Amino acid sequence: MKQNEEIIEKINHFLSEEFEVDEAVITPGGNVREVLELDSLDYIDLVVVVESNFSFKVKPEDFAGITTFSDFYNYVISRVNSKELA
Amino acid sequence: MGIYSCIGKNPDEVRDSLYVGRSGIILDPVRKEMGYRSGLTGFVERPALKGMLDRRSRIMLPEQGEYAYMATMQALEQAGLDEDYINEHEIGILYGNDSSAKPVIDATDIMREKKDNMLIGSASVFQTLNSTITMNLSTIFKLKGVNFTISAACASGSHAIGLGYHFIKTGLQDCIITGGAQEINCYSMATFDALSAFSIHEEDPQRASRPFDRSRDGLIPSGGGATIVLESLESATKRGAAILGEVIGYGFSSNGEHISNPTVSGPVRSLQMAMRDAGMNTADIDYINAHATSTPAGDASEAKALYTVFGEHTVPVSSTKSMTGHECWMAGASEIVYSLLMMHNGFIAPNINFEHPDEYSVKLNIVKTTAEKDINVFLSNSFGFGGTNSSLIVRKWSK
Repeated sequence: MKQNEEIIEKINHFLSEEFEVDEAVITPGGNVREVLELDSLDYIDLVVVVESNFSFKVKPEDFAGITTFSDFYNYVISRVNSKELA
Repeated sequence: MGIYSCIGKNPDEVRDSLYVGRSGIILDPVRKEMGYRSGLTGFVERPALKGMLDRRSRIMLPEQGEYAYMATMQALEQAGLDEDYINEHEIGILYGNDSSAKPVIDATDIMREKKDNMLIGSASVFQTLNSTITMNLSTIFKLKGVNFTISAACASGSHAIGLGYHFIKTGLQDCIITGGAQEINCYSMATFDALSAFSIHEEDPQRASRPFDRSRDGLIPSGGGATIVLESLESATKRGAAILGEVIGYGFSSNGEHISNPTVSGPVRSLQMAMRDAGMNTADIDYINAHATSTPAGDASEAKALYTVFGEHTVPVSSTKSMTGHECWMAGASEIVYSLLMMHNGFIAPNINFEHPDEYSVKLNIVKTTAEKDINVFLSNSFGFGGTNSSLIVRKWSK
């Protein structure tokens, strides 16, 4: 659990840095696209920051099912865990 | 007009530098570490755009795009073109740019190291294309008129203004943002350094750029951004704009010979075409801002061309590159800004470091120290690799 909290904290930090929003506006129920004001190009940068911070390969289509930050956290946590199991 | 250069970050600073003959040249230790034969360069501070532009706009701008943005902000303000006016009218952009080396190298590094092109990110493609300036500024300022980049080596900025002049003269557009921008990072000029094109007077950077002087030994790279707003007289008058000058002549030519060696006949044809277009006699020109970059062959050819067209010891001539270095893609536009500043402040900026003429420059009236002079009409030359030549003539506006 502690590891998951650290991952969430790390995600909030780099999203805030990359997309220039206050970390406080990033909440589990918030809509990722709306809160970060993402356009189609920004999704590429989302891939870049995730890969750079967690060293696993992301496909843009992986984000298709992600709406909220909670979805986003779950996606990253599952990928981190599956990488560790591999 | 707007200017962001190594001798000032706005027209007032630049005017003062021009008047006192202040050089913007430094010795860059990073270039020496990278193996440059010459570490001399103009120094331009990167503007802090956070707070001025949103993230998306900022990350898509390469270095020279930042300079162009700063110059264009100044120019729009000076021209009295606000957001509402731009939104309601068809304003165009024709800008000179001929490289974007650093973003290309940065992207290539990622490609080679990561083998995953997605990691290049979303902004790189908009930074790497030669049309980066026009694509970015047209988006930022929401321009709806003509929109393309002019790439003509060191004559890019001048041709951009010349083409803008024709777009307006022929009634295709009423108002166009023109200019030129030049990157100045340590990657951008290595290929020129490879040709031994740069001065190696590193012991005294501010005296190294010596256009027309017999001891000149090469140019010094420099950069920044320069913007000129061109507008039809009808449109500018209707808006009550402060008109700075009138483009009255544009001449162009191609040498049709060697890719890098200059000729005399090419520039002569460009000069004569500009004079014909302006309906001017040589006696009508009050000042010539020479292209002269401080290379042995280039300055000699231009001196011969000026002598051929204007005769011996006639029109005052100076090369502001003696202070700025060679602003390359930007130079043709920045030198129009420099000359307009002289025109509006009643002086001719000196060709600093001109101490001893050679057999060709001795025939010209080269201004060594700042001269108080009313300038009614000036001519500005720009020449580039491939033998592309451009000459512009500008007259002071009077009702």
